[in-house]
Amino acid sequence: MSDLITLTIDGRPVQAAPGTSILRAALDSGIYIPHLCDHPDLEPVGICRLCLVEIEGRRPTVSCKTPVEEGLVVRTSSADLDLIRKVNLELLIVNHDYNCQSCVKNSKCQLQKVTSYVGVDEKSLRRVRKPELDHPLDTSNPFFTRDMNKCVLCGICVRTCDEIQGDGCIDFAFRGTRTKISVLGDKPILESACVSCGECVARCPVGALVPVKFEEPAYEVETVCPYCGCGCGIIVGARGGRVVSSRAVPGNQVNRGSLCVKGRFGLGYVNHPGRLTALLIRKDGELVEAAWDEALALVAEKLNSYKGDQFAAIASAKCTSEDSYVIQKFARAVMGTNNIDHCARL
Amino acid sequence: MAGLATVLGSGAMTNTIAEIEDSSCILAIGTSTTDAHPIAGYRIKKAVRKGARLIVANPKAVDLCRFADLYLPIRPGSDVALLMGMARVIVEEGLMDQKYIEERCENFDEFKQALDAFPPAFVEEVTGVPREKIALAARLYAAGKPASILYCMGITQHSHGTDNVLAVSNLALLTGNLGKVSGGVNPLRGQNNVQGACDMGLLPNVFTGYQRVDNPEARAKFEKAWGCSLSGAPGLTHTEIFDAAYNGKIKALYLVGENPLLTEANASHAAEAIKKLDFFVVQDIFLTETARLADVVLPAATFAEKDGTFTNTERRVQRVRRVIEPVGQAKPDWWITCAVARAMGAQGFDFNSPAEIFNEIASLTPSYAGISYARLEQSGGIQWPCPTAEHPGTAILHTEKFATPSGKGKLVALQYRPPAEQPDAAYPLVLTTDRSLFQYHGTMTRRAPGLDGLNGEELVCINPADAKNLGVAGGDLVDVVSRRGRVKVKAKLTRRCRPGVVSMSFHFAECPTNVLTSPALDPVAKTPETKVCAVRIEKL
Ligand code: SF4
Ligand code: SF4
Ligand code: SF4
Ligand code: SF4
Repeated sequence: MSDLITLTIDGRPVQAAPGTSILRAALDSGIYIPHLCDHPDLEPVGICRLCLVEIEGRRPTVSCKTPVEEGLVVRTSSADLDLIRKVNLELLIVNHDYNCQSCVKNSKCQLQKVTSYVGVDEKSLRRVRKPELDHPLDTSNPFFTRDMNKCVLCGICVRTCDEIQGDGCIDFAFRGTRTKISVLGDKPILESACVSCGECVARCPVGALVPVKFEEPAYEVETVCPYCGCGCGIIVGARGGRVVSSRAVPGNQVNRGSLCVKGRFGLGYVNHPGRLTALLIRKDGELVEAAWDEALALVAEKLNSYKGDQFAAIASAKCTSEDSYVIQKFARAVMGTNNIDHCARL
Repeated sequence: MAGLATVLGSGAMTNTIAEIEDSSCILAIGTSTTDAHPIAGYRIKKAVRKGARLIVANPKAVDLCRFADLYLPIRPGSDVALLMGMARVIVEEGLMDQKYIEERCENFDEFKQALDAFPPAFVEEVTGVPREKIALAARLYAAGKPASILYCMGITQHSHGTDNVLAVSNLALLTGNLGKVSGGVNPLRGQNNVQGACDMGLLPNVFTGYQRVDNPEARAKFEKAWGCSLSGAPGLTHTEIFDAAYNGKIKALYLVGENPLLTEANASHAAEAIKKLDFFVVQDIFLTETARLADVVLPAATFAEKDGTFTNTERRVQRVRRVIEPVGQAKPDWWITCAVARAMGAQGFDFNSPAEIFNEIASLTPSYAGISYARLEQSGGIQWPCPTAEHPGTAILHTEKFATPSGKGKLVALQYRPPAEQPDAAYPLVLTTDRSLFQYHGTMTRRAPGLDGLNGEELVCINPADAKNLGVAGGDLVDVVSRRGRVKVKAKLTRRCRPGVVSMSFHFAECPTNVLTSPALDPVAKTPETKVCAVRIEKL
């Protein structure tokens, strides 16, 4: 790739495609620049002002909105930058409701990362500390909770809902220190046009938007959503033999990091207590539990006497292709009939 | 998708979902994309943000209308009239792609003659949409280079579903939009693996890869591979299977993962039919309403408990991977069917893994021949046709020629046929069924905590004007009565339904909408007409 641009960040040579922001170029090369409001899926806005850098020959500038240029010399940290960042950060977090131990985002939180990089000075924090905010929790949505006491006003959720979901259910409301992210009329989210896609929840950098009853998975597996024909790539998390989470495969060509409410929040049926876990055989009119051997022998004996066109099989368009192949082969090769179809000619 | 297969040689999406974003005009007909295929919906919204024109044709003012430049509230079942009417405008105004038609299409003259039967006055009357709007839609679509057509159940689920699909492909051929990036005709398939199921020969007339059972060569190939002799007589479709069971011709039924008591058009008939069977095996993940009628119920694994592949609506084969062990006694469907076959003494069912099954599929299916689990592992999905191990897969179909015998795309001379079921004095309203974003054929969604809460009961949507005439208020309990049955449901007043049309979904076991719907079948595709059915509303 000859059309890559080369620049220097903190004395290290960095290459990036034209149009890449300095922030993304740095992060992709393993150089951390603190940031909260930038997200790779969204247009940069430069509102948190934490990603300021110095570029030789220019004034300090936000790196999320500055594209790479050939030969630029960039510094990500200096006494001046560190001071501005500290002030900016303190303004952001003076009202933050810190309780990291019980927060879903603990150890994955961008604010924790920024705070540990920038460093906060307890004394100056106490000086500016205003009365604690007390926004009520919005628990109206069955899938996610909104806790605006943890919000850092990065606007990622607002832009996500607008740019990706295309709905624009939420926006900045009120002014100054009362600014918060809210639904039109400051109503619960369930009363808005929100379709519960959870795209904003997946992107919120802090613990302000979190899934209800979140359980940290022990491991994750990449697979495909079982609901509609779009076939979005999902990463399913599990622990103790239960499915506990689902998120989009970042680079999947179909969904490009997005999911709808069903793929993200709809997998609960897998571990529903009503799952059929036993074999049932009808005896004297009642369905009673049986073992595999008994059931297979019964089915085999019965089906052996209905070969040909008095037999039919109907399978599901929800099964895998391998399942489908085997059952059509069974109908044709073993039962000797083409009476095989699926229920959804849709 | 019999329709597309006849004219174009294939019945899948011709283009990819991602390409929608760069279309300059999108005609979304019979699809409530943001509800039924939300991710495809995102692409449409993105395209609109980038300046694309969006035309929505639907009896119901679906959510997508919020983003549309033009909304055509057509009468249910009038799609062919609309599309042929648009084609007529395009031809009359010389907006077609003459060069493309000459080089890549056939049958233009006969098609052009057929347009005589669709004068503006007639089309206006049938569709209920003013002629100016239809002409505008035609011009917008013809001006869009490239223009993409999206459609789904709304258009296939009619007794004339096949005609509808042909009418869609006519329009795309006429304007040279097939085989182009961000153009094409794009059926959005409902359930996750409908495409894969069809590709696998889960159809009464074809083996894998649409190789016909009545083609002696294809049959000989499968007989050799499977080591048995095979029937060359196409079998019964699922609707016909229930009829045959009802008439005593089908005596044993093996039903996997379906709940016809909830989803079948004319569900009470399906229940009667099942009761007449000698032997009924159900294999499912829940003890459904239907499974309760079975002689043997076998517990199946969900997608999260097995390995395999799904093929999405854009022909992309992707790997499904096991996340957890199957619950209780449950087993993957392929395992159960193989075990039954082996218990019957059959050969050729000794598969140890889905990978082995896939290898057999690839060896018998030209369009899948170059795909393997190893390649899928690397690439994260391959679109068929993929004939060799070196082939990258095919994002866009028909770029050079059509997969028809002549290599050309056929313009089809269509006639308008009114829906099989017309409203009359006793049943003055037309019922259409649709689905909500939060539900998907209820068996799964109803048991996903939370989803049920968002849209937890069946409603009948009525236009306020109709409601006023009936003396019905929002929230009133009413009976919806068709020529086949009745259901009790709450009324919701909404201008989203045009006057004369009411709509319901079919997700809820306690209110099986499909007791009402019409058993009229499309003569080719045999899709039950759950989209158009005459009803009356009785206030309780
Ligand atoms: S949002 Fe981050 S900083 Fe705030 S409590 Fe949660 S983990 Fe801690
Ligand atoms: S869940 Fe989706 S629709 Fe709702 S606010 Fe978030 S992004 Fe918007
Ligand atoms: S809720 Fe989260 S994403 Fe939205 S502005 Fe606050 S911190 Fe940012
Ligand atoms: S996440 Fe939504 S759009 Fe994607 S496949 Fe699943 S149901 Fe379809």
